[in-house]
Amino acid sequence: MAKTHLTTEGLDFQSILLNLQRYWASKGAVILQPYDMEVGAGTFHPATTLRALGPDHHWRAAYVQPSRRPTDGRFGENPNRLQHYYQFQTIFKPSPPNSQELYLGSLKAIGLDPAAHDMRFVEDDWESPTLGAWGLGWEVWCDGMEVSQFTYFQQVGGIECAPVPLELTYGLERLAMFIQGIDNVYDLDWDGVPADQGGKCYGDIFHRAEVEFSGWNFYHAETDMLLTHFRDAEAECGRLLALETPLALPAYDQCMKASHLFNLLDARGVISVTERAAYIGRVRTLAKGCCEAWIGAADDGQQGEAADV
Amino acid sequence: MSDQSADLLIEIICEEIPARMQARAASDLARLFADAFAAANLAHDRIHSFVAPRHLAVYVDGLAVRQQDSIAEKRGPRVDAPEQAINGFLKSTGLTRDQLVTEETPKGTFLFARTEMKGTATAALLPVMISDILTNFPWPKSQRWGATSFRWVRPLHRVNVVFGGSGLEGALDLGGANLPFTTASTGHYFEAPADLDLTGVGSADDYAALLRGAHVIVDQSVRVDMIRKGAKDLAARLGCETKTGETTIAETAGLVEHPHLLVGTIEDRFMLLPAEVLQSSIETHQKYITLQGHDGSFSPHFVVVSNRLADDARDAVILAGNQRVLRARLADAEFFWMEDKREPLEAYLPRLADIAFYEGLGTVHDKAQRLEKLAADIAASIPGADAACAARAGLLAKADLVTGVVGEFPELQGIMGGFYAAAADEDTATAVAITAHYRPQGPDDNLPDSAEGLAVALADKIDTLVGFFGVGARPTGSKDPFALRRAALGVIRILIEANISLSLHDTLRKAAGYHGFAAIDDELLPFIRERFRVSLRDTGIAHDVVAAALGDSELDNICLLADRAAALGTFLGSENGAGLMTGWRRAASILKSEESKDKQAFAPKTDPSLFVNTAETDLHSAVEALPVASSDIDLDAALTSLGGLRTPIDRFFEEVVVNDDNPKVRDNRLGLLAMVRERMLGVADFSKLEG
Repeated sequence: MAKTHLTTEGLDFQSILLNLQRYWASKGAVILQPYDMEVGAGTFHPATTLRALGPDHHWRAAYVQPSRRPTDGRFGENPNRLQHYYQFQTIFKPSPPNSQELYLGSLKAIGLDPAAHDMRFVEDDWESPTLGAWGLGWEVWCDGMEVSQFTYFQQVGGIECAPVPLELTYGLERLAMFIQGIDNVYDLDWDGVPADQGGKCYGDIFHRAEVEFSGWNFYHAETDMLLTHFRDAEAECGRLLALETPLALPAYDQCMKASHLFNLLDARGVISVTERAAYIGRVRTLAKGCCEAWIGAADDGQQGEAADV
Repeated sequence: MSDQSADLLIEIICEEIPARMQARAASDLARLFADAFAAANLAHDRIHSFVAPRHLAVYVDGLAVRQQDSIAEKRGPRVDAPEQAINGFLKSTGLTRDQLVTEETPKGTFLFARTEMKGTATAALLPVMISDILTNFPWPKSQRWGATSFRWVRPLHRVNVVFGGSGLEGALDLGGANLPFTTASTGHYFEAPADLDLTGVGSADDYAALLRGAHVIVDQSVRVDMIRKGAKDLAARLGCETKTGETTIAETAGLVEHPHLLVGTIEDRFMLLPAEVLQSSIETHQKYITLQGHDGSFSPHFVVVSNRLADDARDAVILAGNQRVLRARLADAEFFWMEDKREPLEAYLPRLADIAFYEGLGTVHDKAQRLEKLAADIAASIPGADAACAARAGLLAKADLVTGVVGEFPELQGIMGGFYAAAADEDTATAVAITAHYRPQGPDDNLPDSAEGLAVALADKIDTLVGFFGVGARPTGSKDPFALRRAALGVIRILIEANISLSLHDTLRKAAGYHGFAAIDDELLPFIRERFRVSLRDTGIAHDVVAAALGDSELDNICLLADRAAALGTFLGSENGAGLMTGWRRAASILKSEESKDKQAFAPKTDPSLFVNTAETDLHSAVEALPVASSDIDLDAALTSLGGLRTPIDRFFEEVVVNDDNPKVRDNRLGLLAMVRERMLGVADFSKLEG
């Protein structure tokens, strides 16, 4: 890969990411780093899944989350599909009255001035069968391009969210491609530094990973080992939840592991359609157990923390 | 407006209402207020309703400012009742004896208490009425937000109420917070976000004009008209016409506060894609309006409905962005289209074994193998259908489900199969049958246009019906997740409209056999029968005529039964038919009462030697001329001979007294009438007809 494209200052990939963090920090969000595990989407981060339920009445966080979707791998050959990509995630609980305004402000902060485009909020309800979660909202279109998912959570882990959190998810690669005006993800200008000064494009950094992981995801991952790991993670999660004082967070780590292992098994094509629903059900059971344990712990003493801001 | 009435404007400002829910929300809001006014005894003139993505409003002309005064009346004891009873009544009403009135009634003279009830001021009734309606609003899906428990389609920001030109005190209880009524509307989110004072608004037109000034076209039908007309004009300038239908145009109108139309162009290389793929990408997924040449050819131009005011520089940016999104989408489609065609359609069959059709019904591959057999069986009953070709189409009909294009555009299943079959040099008839086998997808959809297509379409639907009923997954109440009602209606429509005469029993039995079931589920035929009854009624045949035509007969040949219902309806509408019914009812009623008297049914036989009157002889020969009941009765011939029964039966009842003193003559006449009854019931179940 050779870097051929240099974007306007401030619109390179890492600037977009930094500017989103700075913007949401200025709006009072806790800026977190990615969770250190493989997950399929930013929603899995405990800062969203668990904090959507409790214990704080107020919770505002923003972070980037590398997301892995093994079945989306295309060996680095498709200009739009990746098995590893970045989501930027914001969660504001309770959802603020000016949610839309705050969101549009974040676009302006990364060089996408809503005044200069045609922005739309198009109905798109969100559901995660593995997390037992759903919400209503929109996909946000900018000049016909979906740039974010905008969701008012209603349930997580089968439990009603009260207060209701607002979740914003930005697909960073797609958003950056739109902002930089390019058609191939691997051409994204990552750092704003010209190639002759050692500047990098997206392909320089990730193309090889896409090729190698696609091979592993689709052909080389040892399925017996993955199945064993899945069962181990499931068992450990169940064991931690069954303790007299359940350990919600370590149990949820195991739940995330199980979910990712299921995705890998799916990519390896060893899960039939009927088994698929059963596996999703098993992960959902873990997620629900973790959410219940998380809330339960809140009842035991952390509730006083909720204060009005 | 007068001093007795005033105009009322109620406007709700919320975050973007899904396009598909807007029209319904506006009519629901108007209906709920009309109902509430009626229940509160408040007269009003016209109710106008408005909806835009963030605005939902009603404007009520001339609403009464207070309820009519009314008189509550309570009947007391008789005027001559004991003192004690009268005193009790006075106590319960709080009136004195001289305030009571005395009135004659058919049951005697009574005392009445009349109290005048003063009507309540409308302004005092409105806050509760508005809160009730908003709190119980019938959204298809609703949500909570923030820290409150109130539900609305998306977060609700303002409830504006203007009555008689000024704001109204009140608030909406959000469950955890109160939202006081206000009088400030808002303009276009990006073009004119400032507040708009509603207190000066004097009419529905005024309201629409105020918002129009702030770039919100609050009347949905006006936005639709603007888009329809705008697209038509742009198309005309390009020498073509709009292809996109009304439903999609209405949807685009639900995505903008103020439509502004821009023309985009599809790159040449993508014009090689099938028109259906272009249509799906452009219209279904991107919500653009597609155009076509006057010869029906897909136009390389399309119309983007933007939500911004015209601005050359910005329009160029918006158009470039939209075209880039479309290019990425079409590039994907093109990639899949080329990839899919690398292998013949048949090569995709084995992969159907990885897709479960339904728990207990095997995989889609199993379904394909069932369709291969069933389509051939059915083709034997369809004139002109090539059974081998129908079998091949049945086998391949589902193969496109695992192709790339259908993965991206599921709405193109069947259609892509047809393209891939043609590309793989399958018979044209096979490809055509695959294309159309999902039809009809609704009451407005066409039937498949080839004999083999009809066979595969029937086989697909029948296999689904027999299968889901067979494993107990029947529709319950309003729940029909596998669209089995639509499948049954599809079968009925195909059989009737394509005039296919086949034995439903035999076909269902074969389908059950291919599923490995011992028998057809007991509830399946009654289910199809009920759909059939409803569909006949929908064609305008009265329900009792449908019941008479269907009788208790086994539902087997739907096409024949539909013909019978139509022929019977026509016959009963004719003079002879209507006249004959009078005779039928007299015969049936005499038989009924005499049979109950004698506690026995009269055998349908008669002895001509006992006839006294020639009217008996004539009726007898007319009855003899009627066909004997059988399943393959020629109904037209039977109805013609029934018509011939009318005059003799009328004459019989005019000239003959059935209950003759001579019991032998009487029984003989009742036997003759029993013959009439038996033969007529053989044609149709006339007992089901209502007078």
